[in-house]
Amino acid sequence: MKIKSVLTALILSLGLTGNSYAATEIQWWHAFTGRLGELLDEQVEKFNSSQSDYKVVATHKGNYSETLNSGIAAFRAEEQPHLLMVFEVGTATMMAAKGAIKPVYEVMAEGDAAFDSDAYLGAVKGYYTTPEGQMLSLPYNSSTPVIYVNRDAFTAAGVDPDTDISTWENLDGVLGKLKEGGSECPLVTAWQSWVHLENLSAYHNVAFATKDNGFAALDTELAFNSELQVKHLDAMSQWAKDGKFIYTGRRNEGGANFRAGECALMTESSAGYAGVKKEAQFEFDIRPLPYWKSAEGAPQNTIIGGSSLWVMSGHESEEYKGVAELLSFLSTSDIQAKWHQDTGYLPITMAAYEQTKAEGFYEKNPGTDIAIIQMTGKAPTGNSKGLRLGSFDQIRGLIDEELEGIWSGDKTAQEAMDSAVERGNKLLRRFEQANR
Amino acid sequence: MEKRVTFKGWLLPLLLITPQVVVTAVFFFWPAGQAIYQSAFIPDPFGLKSQFVGWGNFQFIFTDPYYLASFKTTAIFSLSVTIVSMGVALWLALMADRIIKGAATYRTLLIWPYAVAPAIAGVLWLFMFNPRIGVVSWYLDKIGYDWNHVLNSNEAMLLVVLASAWSRISYNFLFFLAGLQSIPKSLVEAAAMDGAGFWYRFRTIVFPLLSPTTFFLLVVNIVYAFFETFGVIHTITAGGPQQATNIMVYKVYSDGFVGQDLGSSAAQSVVLLFVVGLLTILQFRYIEKKVHY
Repeated sequence: MKIKSVLTALILSLGLTGNSYAATEIQWWHAFTGRLGELLDEQVEKFNSSQSDYKVVATHKGNYSETLNSGIAAFRAEEQPHLLMVFEVGTATMMAAKGAIKPVYEVMAEGDAAFDSDAYLGAVKGYYTTPEGQMLSLPYNSSTPVIYVNRDAFTAAGVDPDTDISTWENLDGVLGKLKEGGSECPLVTAWQSWVHLENLSAYHNVAFATKDNGFAALDTELAFNSELQVKHLDAMSQWAKDGKFIYTGRRNEGGANFRAGECALMTESSAGYAGVKKEAQFEFDIRPLPYWKSAEGAPQNTIIGGSSLWVMSGHESEEYKGVAELLSFLSTSDIQAKWHQDTGYLPITMAAYEQTKAEGFYEKNPGTDIAIIQMTGKAPTGNSKGLRLGSFDQIRGLIDEELEGIWSGDKTAQEAMDSAVERGNKLLRRFEQANR
Repeated sequence: MEKRVTFKGWLLPLLLITPQVVVTAVFFFWPAGQAIYQSAFIPDPFGLKSQFVGWGNFQFIFTDPYYLASFKTTAIFSLSVTIVSMGVALWLALMADRIIKGAATYRTLLIWPYAVAPAIAGVLWLFMFNPRIGVVSWYLDKIGYDWNHVLNSNEAMLLVVLASAWSRISYNFLFFLAGLQSIPKSLVEAAAMDGAGFWYRFRTIVFPLLSPTTFFLLVVNIVYAFFETFGVIHTITAGGPQQATNIMVYKVYSDGFVGQDLGSSAAQSVVLLFVVGLLTILQFRYIEKKVHY
């Protein structure tokens, strides 16, 4: 009896594995959990059922940093996946690893896949292409920071929720009124370095680093200790001291406070939309990120955060064909438009944007097009194309440390930024040395 | 007469120590050798190419004020963890040794936390002390103390010390209790009859007789504080704020595996190797002399 059932199970499992070997397997390592993970799995499911030659297996490998590190460790052990999701911060690291990656434009050409890199939004594409315009990795999820307003909290504090907060100058006064009106948490932020330094610099057309923020050469140096950034952080440090800006942590911890209705304002990625919409028990809206009116030329455009898909080297050409097919599938406007509408990430192709507009999504969900307008409003300059810095994950870490020094009152903004620039430059020189 | 046990041939002794030698070679000498070798290079993360820099990595880490600060952080952290966990454990063991009713229950309960992995212990403490939603920080707020270990370095240090020490108390308790129970009752009773009070007996009889246990625990706890507390640091502070809780072993990890700077990471692990070696030698040379076996 027992033996019989074991045998049946064995035969069944043999039959099953036999089946899956018929299709070429494609490994995709990613960093998404929760709702985003479900949506990604949905895309994979759709692709797998749309054809029978390839079977994509998506595996969650931890957060962005952990996913990149597992990819690197796997490459060293010669067990790398076909596709690796790498956040924008790891872009320079991947670009420098010429022997470890297979550029997307090459994969697409060899796989005879329909592919037109001009279909992608310039601001998104620019981040992942060579100066010659060749796309190295496929943009997957891209977002940009915006400001979320808890309208009920404004009303409760006796402030008109439609008050103009398009500039930091105005916001300064509003924060004061919110505080006076009894708000315990007027402003909270996620991803402080990304929003209040990297995007701040691009938005005001000020260099974050020399040599076009590292796009032009490896010998770039950090430059975010200049007047504008220090002025902004000085203002924020004053707000922190007055209890108008509440610091909650380095990642998006503050999102929980905002969604719970504790905070009146939050600067966060446009991709925070899905979570806010799902959980918020209050009226909210989305506005463009504020800028300093006094700064000349502001607002420029904001830059992206998010991830792209890198194809790893060392696989069979048959498998690369499948990768090419998957990547073109992911870029179709149906998939992209749905992704954009579900998550709040930017539509990465013009077609997906047009489709979303035609479907009337922006009218039904006001504020969801702010991110894209804010990013594409002006043609990007050398300071607002993006950032391409080696060891950037580490540099962000030390920026976070220095910012914490400001919020706790240990350092002035100038001291903290000078120190961050000095420490970061050392890391950049090491990266340059490792990749000479 | 020769007291040592001697072997006639050399084959059997060789055979007997081979497993130990092999284990040490595979799990210690080989990786340590690799670390020393790699500390002379700056490799790219993927292992595609690397640049020979000689002492460059050491120069880099020793001119980094944050690396130098991590020595101090490690010293403060390890000492605090050792003192707190051993002190509390000794006190608990003394108490548990004296009770008669329900002794077994107390002992079992006191041993339980040992089953909790450091990372889990970290998460538990983090939940209690989370500045926004933690139970303890909520009560602290009630009595007018604004707890925020995310920004306050001292609070962050206190929290990781408490969490690390807590998960070590059970282990120390076990050894102290066993040590206490092996002390001949007649000695203690004789002293009591001579009129020695509890603390006097503890100071002059119990503690000296307990010294082998204490010494053993000291060595083991310092090693614990140096290495195994990784999980606690990782889950509670990740080395922050401003690297105030970035102990050496965590910095090796964060620079190497988060920052992908494997050259600096290798150099740091070589330094760590020497520090721990030096500490162990010091302990055996100086403190062990005071131990009565």
